[in-house]
Amino acid sequence: MVKALREEVKRLFEEKKVDLVIGWGKGSLPMTATPIFINKAEDAERLIWDETCSNNLAVYLTKDKRQLVKTDQKIGIVVKGCDGRSLVLYAVENQIQRENLVIIGVPCAGVIDKKKVLKHIEGKEVLSASFEADRMTVEGRGFKTEIAKCDVLSDSCLNCNHPNAPVFDVFIGEPRKSDSVEDVYPDVEAFEKLDSEARWKTMVEAYSKCIRCYACRNVCPSCYCTECFVDQNDPQWIGKSPEITDTLIFHLGRNLHVAGRCVECGACERACPADIDLLKLNRKISKEILERFNFTAGLDINEKPALASFCENEKQDFIMG
Amino acid sequence: MQEKDKKDWQPKILAILCNWCSYAGADLAGVSRIQYPPNIRVLRVPCSGRVDPMFIMKSLQNGFDGVLVSGCHPGDCHYLSGNYNARRKFAVLKPLLEYIGIETERVQFSWVSAGEGERFAEVVTKVTNDIRKVGPAKRLVKGVVSW
Repeated sequence: MVKALREEVKRLFEEKKVDLVIGWGKGSLPMTATPIFINKAEDAERLIWDETCSNNLAVYLTKDKRQLVKTDQKIGIVVKGCDGRSLVLYAVENQIQRENLVIIGVPCAGVIDKKKVLKHIEGKEVLSASFEADRMTVEGRGFKTEIAKCDVLSDSCLNCNHPNAPVFDVFIGEPRKSDSVEDVYPDVEAFEKLDSEARWKTMVEAYSKCIRCYACRNVCPSCYCTECFVDQNDPQWIGKSPEITDTLIFHLGRNLHVAGRCVECGACERACPADIDLLKLNRKISKEILERFNFTAGLDINEKPALASFCENEKQDFIMG
Repeated sequence: MQEKDKKDWQPKILAILCNWCSYAGADLAGVSRIQYPPNIRVLRVPCSGRVDPMFIMKSLQNGFDGVLVSGCHPGDCHYLSGNYNARRKFAVLKPLLEYIGIETERVQFSWVSAGEGERFAEVVTKVTNDIRKVGPAKRLVKGVVSW
């Protein structure tokens, strides 16, 4: 798979189809991959593709990271299913020019969440990690553990129905057959069943851990406003201190801004240093939008996001009759 | 909260009304001398589409016990589609607030036209009664968060 990817990227450079390729390279620590920018064919050897490639590379085409790529460049980008959906979103929102982009799809079987692995081995230092089909082996000083891969998959991958990019120019290997998960939101449904008091308590407990580092926003492919509402001073929407109501409103506000645009790549959750279950709110919104408007973000290049469009005769049961 | 305060407590409700329909509906209720609870504070906006969900969350945070947003009936928007866009936003906001544990009565939406003074009074009465039932807001209120 990795070999095919490297060959393909080399070919794209040789045929002058791309000036730059964004992909994943080996990270400096075990279990990490780092985004790399390749501008010549030889460097294609640095590319990797495995369970550690969790970054959503689409972010490099927007926001401040945009300075890394020039607009007139032909850019190749290696994408998983969710990254590919981000690209569709960007195309819908006129953030990229599709014709300047060569999308290289890779079949994704889910990426791991490093935090989950560390929890599994109680925070011991990992010196090396290797992956087999459905398990991984981590090794450190004085221990060697095997972990089932499903135990350390990122939350976003657990009920994923979109393992392949919906739009691509070249695909490496065979597109992965979707597992066709029917019950996509079991976690959300379980939480909905709790009573309101318990839900509130859980939320306050979870979000009081937030240190407001804004890593979730910075890493989010759908958050690309040049000025975020939390940084505005006039009006100041959110107080600067990590006060719980401000924190909750920050998260709710951010979630509403990405409502109908969130591709549930889980980048926010993996980036969170406080280990908050951030996807819980995003997934609630996605569920609501799927049920009400039958819309899933980032699948169709010709469809506007749910909150940017409307239908005259839609259900309005939440409005007083 | 003391027992005594509880008895004296009056809900404070923010009514965000669109200029073209609901605000005029409220006006009609006024000139027709229709009685309704004096618990609302009116905020006039050009259109229900102007209402950012942030307004609603900030009002709850800053001490309102409830928020009512009212606009023109579907199809009657002065700006043609403002209320349709608003409806989509509210369709997401309301379940989301409920999901995090905010009582569903606290945030309500309605369509009231300029000719529906009577209906405006009914809506305000219903919202006020609903909020009276759930009591003073404690969740999401700055400085008072309890659980």
